[in-house]
Amino acid sequence: MKETLPDYTDSRPPSDDKKRVVVAMSGGVDSSVAAALLVQQGYEVIGMMMRLWSEPSSTQSQKLNRCCTPDQMADARRVAQHLGIPFYVIDAQEFFYDAVVRYFVDEHVAGRTPNPCIECNRRVRFSFLLDKAMSFQADYLATGHYARVKWDGHDYQLLRAHDHNKDQSYVLHVLGQEELSHVLFPVGDYTKSTIRQLARQMNLPVAEKSESMDLCFLSDGNYRRFLKDVLGHEIRPGPIVNQAGAVLGQHQGLTNYTIGQRKGLGIAVGKPQYVLAKDEAENTLIVGDADSLGRSKLVVKNVNWLAGIGQTDTVSVQVKIRYKASAVPAVVAPLEHDRAQVCFAHPVAGATAGQGAVFYVGDVCLGGGIIDQIIADEG
Amino acid sequence: MKSYRNIYLDHGASTPVREEVVAKMLPFWTLDYGNPSAVHKFGQTASRALEAARQSVAESLNASADEIVFTGCGSESDNLALRGVMLAARAASGGNHLITSVIEHKAVLETAKQLRDLFGFELTVLPVDEYGQVDPHEMEAAIRPDTALVSIMAANNEIGTIQPVEQIGAIARANGVLFHTDAIQAAAVSSWDMRRMPVDLLSLAPHKFYGPKGVGILYVRRGVEIISSLTGGGQESGRRAGTVNVPFAVGASEALRLAVAERVENVAHYRRLTAKLVDGVLSALPNKCRLTGHPVERLPHNASFAFRNISGNDLLMHLDIAGVSASSGSACLTGDPKPSSVLQALGLGPEWTSGGLRLTIGRQNTDDDVETVLRILPQTVGRLERLNQEYA
Repeated sequence: MKETLPDYTDSRPPSDDKKRVVVAMSGGVDSSVAAALLVQQGYEVIGMMMRLWSEPSSTQSQKLNRCCTPDQMADARRVAQHLGIPFYVIDAQEFFYDAVVRYFVDEHVAGRTPNPCIECNRRVRFSFLLDKAMSFQADYLATGHYARVKWDGHDYQLLRAHDHNKDQSYVLHVLGQEELSHVLFPVGDYTKSTIRQLARQMNLPVAEKSESMDLCFLSDGNYRRFLKDVLGHEIRPGPIVNQAGAVLGQHQGLTNYTIGQRKGLGIAVGKPQYVLAKDEAENTLIVGDADSLGRSKLVVKNVNWLAGIGQTDTVSVQVKIRYKASAVPAVVAPLEHDRAQVCFAHPVAGATAGQGAVFYVGDVCLGGGIIDQIIADEG
Repeated sequence: MKSYRNIYLDHGASTPVREEVVAKMLPFWTLDYGNPSAVHKFGQTASRALEAARQSVAESLNASADEIVFTGCGSESDNLALRGVMLAARAASGGNHLITSVIEHKAVLETAKQLRDLFGFELTVLPVDEYGQVDPHEMEAAIRPDTALVSIMAANNEIGTIQPVEQIGAIARANGVLFHTDAIQAAAVSSWDMRRMPVDLLSLAPHKFYGPKGVGILYVRRGVEIISSLTGGGQESGRRAGTVNVPFAVGASEALRLAVAERVENVAHYRRLTAKLVDGVLSALPNKCRLTGHPVERLPHNASFAFRNISGNDLLMHLDIAGVSASSGSACLTGDPKPSSVLQALGLGPEWTSGGLRLTIGRQNTDDDVETVLRILPQTVGRLERLNQEYA
């Protein structure tokens, strides 16, 4: 991540006394209320939507609730008009494709299960879009994420959202101090139901909209189908084996499976079997019983410490290994080259290479990294 | 959006309606609201106003009142001219071929393509030179025995290039072919003497010269047959059915009258500010920016540029936030900008064709406005260049 933002500090119109904020609007409830709250708080607000790359979709039902569709754009525009703020759509199709969609595909090809939202936040939202916002001479970029930012006297801290069920700090752990100093998360102090209530009170035309899907660029929410379409012949079937090496069946290409998966394996051995590992070199899927899933140690890469300086001491934290996982106790020991070892107090199931491992102390997000190695327990 | 102090430089897109024009229109909503086709006194009052408006437009163009058709907008005037002439020509004489140019407004180009694709007419689309001008000799060479109409715009909306309309019209006439010109951009800055000029059909849009939106004018030379696209009650001498929008026709005629009366002083004002703007931009950003369109044969109120490797869409947003309202041929509200087809037709490469910017001067613009733009634009371009370098 860049250390500093480019310099955009040339002259501002002299009459400007309000702080200017660009709000990333998706047409959904959260970013709409975020924009409305900022207007109420007296900011000079500019609405902005990124036109991201998305798969061409054919049917009307596929177009519902997807990012950047004409409908979502029209909703965001309507909200902006309702609030009396300017609204612009900026083209990020090519950049998003290169930064996120390619990454998503490449990671799967490499046998990992990436979280594209983390990469999008790192490279697109809080880099490309933040720079765009700064080039508009804005003081802040606001989004509809559920998280909080606090100045503790030395550093900006990223905190879990007031509504722990909606907390999105997991996908924001990649931010640095420079970014944190320029972002606002106006909905992070509220519960989702309060946000919806506010949307109704403020007569926002999107108050009753349902939640959007996670992977915005898919036409149907089916990433296995997408990978098959993109990769075609590169997806090869191979053996499914147990830990002893006995062949139990055939898999339909390793990209179709993720660690901890139980359904859709197509094997019957009397007990539920779970995906334990993927052997890319041998094109082999390794499965086992539920009690073989637990892992006590991980190595994570691309570690980002939100306090801005490289952490050197071992630290006791709570770790989330997936967006929806509970935080569990662990000790994180920094290694060289932005890596760290994570030792859990109790073995955890479902650790998957490519997902984020994010560190918390209470509500404070200390940072995190991308799971690189899952180390089998000895004995 | 009150907090923005805007400088409006998009008079090629639309203009404010003049107070005098609004005043003329007002009685026809709440007082003299009759249908001009009705028999009673209310109808007669409305009809009198409508025909006075028609007479006034005719005088502004040195034409006859029966040559003036009120339509719903400039695009409708273009549609009616092309479709009306081609369908009539096919019925009367087997005319089957239409000639136009690659840089016409979509109202002409899309209508021409529909005539080709759905109605079976044949279409020749002429290229333009590096300045956006059609070669009249090339036009003449394209004329065939079954050619019914040539439609070439008087001036381009994006780059401001003025076409050799009289020369093209004279060639068409010598070959027995009708000539339509879309004068929507040029209406208020050129003079139109229809008794003298070899133009058979002329499209105007009053909202480009301080009149209301929602009304268009089509001049149709006496004797030229057109088939109506809107069929119905036979209004406008059977050329455009539908109750005529009396207040808007009145507003259109008053706007055109004022435009003609004040043309010389307006043009002088536009020319002076446009020159200041063009000189200022080109000298502030040499090598990064070029004037597009013809250096001399251009609309006096149009300053159009292309910026190298800069998104015109981004430029417009930044200018808007900075309080300058402008436009661009490649602009797009949905974040999916395409290169400008007009800039492509000039032969410009991809480093230029997404970077169009059009600034169009109006009556209320001042030297101050131009100076402010000359301060803001180079800063904006600098910021966009730095951003581009970050993400190159």
